Amino acid sequence: MNETSSTSDQSSPRLKSLLPGVEARKKLRKRRLFKDNASRWGITVAGFGVVFALAMIFVYLFYEVAPVLRGATITPLSTYTAPVADDAANALYIERYEELGLQYGSSGMVTFFELESGALRAQIPLALPLGSRVSSYAAAGPGTHITAHGLDNGQVLIARHDYDLSFPEGSRYITPELEYPLGTDAFTLDEQGHSLELVAIASRTRGREATLLAGYTDDKRLVLASLSSRTNMMTGAVVVNTELHTLPPVPGEPVRMLLDKALRSLFVVDSAGWVHYYDVSNPDNAQLVQSVDAGEGSPITAAEFLVGTVSIIMGTQNGDLSQWFLVRDESNNYSLTRIREFNSHGAAITAIAPEYNRKGFVAGDASGQLGVHYGTSARTLYLDQFIDQPVAQVAISPLNGRLLVLGENGQLHSADIWNEHPQLSFSALWNKVWYEGRADPEYIWQSSSGSDEFESKFSLVPLSVGTLKAAFYAMLFAMPLAIMGAIYTAYFMTPKLRGIVKPSIEIMEALPTVILGFLAGLWLAPFAEDHLPAIFSIVILLPIMMLVFAFIWTRLLPASIRNSVPDGWEAALLVPVIIGFVWLSIVLSPFIEIWFFDGSMRQWFTNIGITYDQRNALVVGIAMGFAVIPTIFSIAEDAVFTVPGHLTQGSLALGATRWQSVVGVVLPTASPGIFSAVMMGFGRAVGETMIVLMATGNSPVVNFNIFEGMRTLSANIAVELPETAVGSSHFRVLFLAALVLLALTFVVNTVAEIIRQRLRTRYSSL
Amino acid sequence: MRAWFKSGTPWVWLNAGAVAVCMIMVVGLIGLIAVRGFGHFWPSSVAEVEIVDRDGSRRLVLGELVRSQTVTAAVARDAGNYVPEDTAQITRYLFKEGNRDQTGRDFVWHTEVGMQPFRYPDNAFVIERREWGNFYGYPLHLTSAGETIPATDVRFWNTLQTATARSIKLHDEIEAIERRRIGRINTDMERLRLDKRSLELREVSGAERVIEETRIAERSRELEIEYQALRQELDLLYKSTFRDTLRMLTDSGDEVDISLAMVVRVTAPNTLSVIDKAGEYLVRLWEFLTHDPREANTEGGIFPAIFGTVTMVFVMSIMVTPFGILAAIYLREYAKQNLMTRIIRISVYNLAGVPSIVYGVFGLGFFVYFLGGSIDQMFYEAKLPAPTFGTPGLFWASLTLALLTLPIVIVSTEEGLARIPSTIRQGSLALGATKAETLWKVVVPLATPAMMTGLILAIARAAGEVAPLMLVGVVKLAPTLPVDGIFPYIHLERKIMHLGFHIYDVGFQSPNVEAARPLVYATALVLVFLIVALNLTAISIRNRLRERYRSASD
Repeated sequence: MNETSSTSDQSSPRLKSLLPGVEARKKLRKRRLFKDNASRWGITVAGFGVVFALAMIFVYLFYEVAPVLRGATITPLSTYTAPVADDAANALYIERYEELGLQYGSSGMVTFFELESGALRAQIPLALPLGSRVSSYAAAGPGTHITAHGLDNGQVLIARHDYDLSFPEGSRYITPELEYPLGTDAFTLDEQGHSLELVAIASRTRGREATLLAGYTDDKRLVLASLSSRTNMMTGAVVVNTELHTLPPVPGEPVRMLLDKALRSLFVVDSAGWVHYYDVSNPDNAQLVQSVDAGEGSPITAAEFLVGTVSIIMGTQNGDLSQWFLVRDESNNYSLTRIREFNSHGAAITAIAPEYNRKGFVAGDASGQLGVHYGTSARTLYLDQFIDQPVAQVAISPLNGRLLVLGENGQLHSADIWNEHPQLSFSALWNKVWYEGRADPEYIWQSSSGSDEFESKFSLVPLSVGTLKAAFYAMLFAMPLAIMGAIYTAYFMTPKLRGIVKPSIEIMEALPTVILGFLAGLWLAPFAEDHLPAIFSIVILLPIMMLVFAFIWTRLLPASIRNSVPDGWEAALLVPVIIGFVWLSIVLSPFIEIWFFDGSMRQWFTNIGITYDQRNALVVGIAMGFAVIPTIFSIAEDAVFTVPGHLTQGSLALGATRWQSVVGVVLPTASPGIFSAVMMGFGRAVGETMIVLMATGNSPVVNFNIFEGMRTLSANIAVELPETAVGSSHFRVLFLAALVLLALTFVVNTVAEIIRQRLRTRYSSL
Repeated sequence: MRAWFKSGTPWVWLNAGAVAVCMIMVVGLIGLIAVRGFGHFWPSSVAEVEIVDRDGSRRLVLGELVRSQTVTAAVARDAGNYVPEDTAQITRYLFKEGNRDQTGRDFVWHTEVGMQPFRYPDNAFVIERREWGNFYGYPLHLTSAGETIPATDVRFWNTLQTATARSIKLHDEIEAIERRRIGRINTDMERLRLDKRSLELREVSGAERVIEETRIAERSRELEIEYQALRQELDLLYKSTFRDTLRMLTDSGDEVDISLAMVVRVTAPNTLSVIDKAGEYLVRLWEFLTHDPREANTEGGIFPAIFGTVTMVFVMSIMVTPFGILAAIYLREYAKQNLMTRIIRISVYNLAGVPSIVYGVFGLGFFVYFLGGSIDQMFYEAKLPAPTFGTPGLFWASLTLALLTLPIVIVSTEEGLARIPSTIRQGSLALGATKAETLWKVVVPLATPAMMTGLILAIARAAGEVAPLMLVGVVKLAPTLPVDGIFPYIHLERKIMHLGFHIYDVGFQSPNVEAARPLVYATALVLVFLIVALNLTAISIRNRLRERYRSASD
């Protein structure tokens, strides 16, 4: 519109202004100003948006990991008088949907009530034999719902509470029920008919069904009954076969008995704080194996199995809590061992409620405090005053969302509990942890299993070691090749050859790592296994072969031949030498195996006690080294190539050889650049996923054996994240692993980048 | 000698050796993939060999020789083979014997012990089947349209090929009906179900509801009738495909009937000339590139994977280009060049080096679960609890990769902007142009080649990236392509197949690794080609642009 073209009619007498009018110009200016501002703001917003989006990665990963650091919180909901206040409670339970509470009374009455209000829902009396009275109570571990009621006539009644769900008018209605899995008749545990002061029960649900009952009579005898039930296929009637045994007398006065559900061990806690361990795996020949002073001078006031009935939590008179389980020594003997302690309550522990699907528990004490603790991580997540008088009973709901606490005065308190991630703590992630059933504290990563009773093992050490191991072997392979190659390419090679070599090595950077990974896993791994001697001879002898050839070429060959190839073509000359030698090594490989290794080097390794996996660190080192070479090569080559020419010229002019100039002048100047190249390469090796995923066995081992595999942080994320439940502890640990990777590579790259920038300014000043 | 060492010459040679080793590895790797990948499609001859066992019994082995291997006696014994006492080394041959439905084994190793010379009989047939892999055997007779033609008949071969072609055509028709027409009916049915559900969710009542419900009922009746008609048509076609059967004799002497409905191709490779084989080669290559996979991805083609990769990279480019370029312009032209900007710049540069799996984790957590979950809540409530965007899919995969490649585009664009001489900017400003005009009419056009470079690098990286995609939207077998003829034509929520993931999945998760191996090489070759092609296209664009702007800037 404002074009001032030279073709405009100059001969016209009245020279008309070619500029637009004042109004139009004003409008135009306005529009230009608007455009300018719009462009500025648009770009600023977009720029900030992108920076923000990238920063979000950090923020979001933190946000996902943060809940792990939180402890537990307990929020009281309601308080009411127990629906059956006159009946002392033997035990309290909460039903799965956190709608109903349940109390086993000492009079033999089972009371179901609404958790919110305490309103009575149902009262079902136990089918006690006529004239008998409940004298003791036991439960068969969390989640089984099976309870045993010892009677004063030496009999035991086994009951099971259950809930029937119905959906009248679309909403859930829970009907409580009481069943007798082994029949409504009570079993005689003590043939002499003495009152049972204590009772313990355990049921095996896997394999052949069996139940074990233990009792302590008022005349101080320890009796045991093993019940095996068989259901009649035709009638559905349950036939129970009972065998009675008497155990060796127990030293001390028992106050608590526990049977594990493998039906192997009976633990009897006495009034002096000692625990007596009986091996009852063969009931006819049950023995007292061990007695330990578990209370260390203080009587044990509460003892309970954690889920899985492997670990026992002992609470003492002075408020200490400790975890114990059987540890097997070299000679296959088990002994009850103190594994770890939790924060002390400072007042006698009165009740312990284990969680149903994790290794955690809630403990109440005589001063009215509640503590939430977790076994594996040894964490005390919560410890605070809850009521103003002693806690009599505690129950936790199967989904760990609700607590029910009975005070000494008969008041029931229900409370909300938030305790999502007790398994994780700094020490559980990074230190050795003594897991159930293990002989020693160990670093183990084993995140999931089929069973609810599984103890998750979240040690990041095996994964970190695996990551470093993979990166180490990759760097071991890549560093010499890439750096030496870079020096040669930048300094000695003819420009013509350099024009081919540099881009082709750099193009390797674009090659998808999945291709390297699959070649490593499907081609290199079996090849290396079959040709181990060849691999070793290539690594050891190839440099020597190069030197021998170099010597022959530069010293022994007549000058006419030597001079026919100009300087800077050494690499090309070496290509046939290398190919020939590699081929020779492969051909000779079986013969070397026959001559030195009884025909199979792999077998030979196994025989001398070195584990050999087909997909191992050697394979990963080569494959990942291959992926890292272009990164290191390209940056290092740039660093060497951009060393100012007058420096080397000066050195050469002073009489140094080409190599002396390299070592004395070029390398010192370029070393920060080379270092930053190595850092970049390391960063890439640490985060590489597909190669390690495909070329290793992905077993999380903690060692640096080159012939074994590993599992890296990144591969672990790739394998496990799609399978895990959103928001679970496992999910968050994987996010933590990602955060660790992010932070690590970010720091490494930042350092490398800063070094490079420094170098750039230094070069420009030289 | 010492002087020689002192001069440093050996070190120079060692360095030269390092370069040589790198180059040999690069070329060797590409060569290995190329040879194995291209070799897969060559119709290999079918060998017949008689093996005399130690007890004197003879058995016949018919199959393709996959490879042979010379191992030491100890290794062979370890593998459970018999090796005569005086031999130190032994050669073993891997045969692809096929007939997995008969023997349960596809690939079998045989040692050279007792092996008679190889023969290549003309009547050895290779039958590629839709199920159970290849069949190797000798033809006996063909029952076609009620007529039995023995293999010795002159018409046999031609009749067989015609009958096979017919059954393939029928199969294609069936597929077209099942995929397209029945697929469309299913989509419509699903849409009606959603309409109904959203009526409930919106709590529509009264006349409107009655009208809607009648419409839905009417439409679903129509669809049902349409479906029944198609079903009948299908039944007829199915019956018709099973018309012809071929009776074959296996190497162990069993007679097997093979229905031509199950056959993809019948060849007698030993009778083919080199030219015939080359023709066959091209046909197979074409099928590999354009067909769907079969048999848990171990056979057939990889078309959905190629298509998925290209679509994903395309969607990613659309997202990453504007944002990357705007961010770079902001950092270089508008942001104050202070410490904060420097920190941001270094951080952005460094994000290019962050492991890709971290982006995958972020994509899964933030995009899929958080953003996708929210989108489902807001717009796809009728479909819940089945997620639409709250599950990995094309869009999230592209978005994650866009984030991953953003630093690459930013870095490259910024470098391009930094290279433009400040005199050009000042010249523009001096002529009275505003900053925006200078930017959009002078600076950005000059920096276009640099932006293209960034985009090229981004695409090359994205096409080969697998680890994050495993988390955010790539699956081993996607039932449908992300682009089709049903509204809205491009389905961003669908899961896709991807070449890189295909390599991982087929190579490592496949039930029949040996059969999948050549396919993996071929897929890898395609991926390498795709990446190189993307690179080359973009590089040529860049060079052309560079030429154009060089003349413009002069």
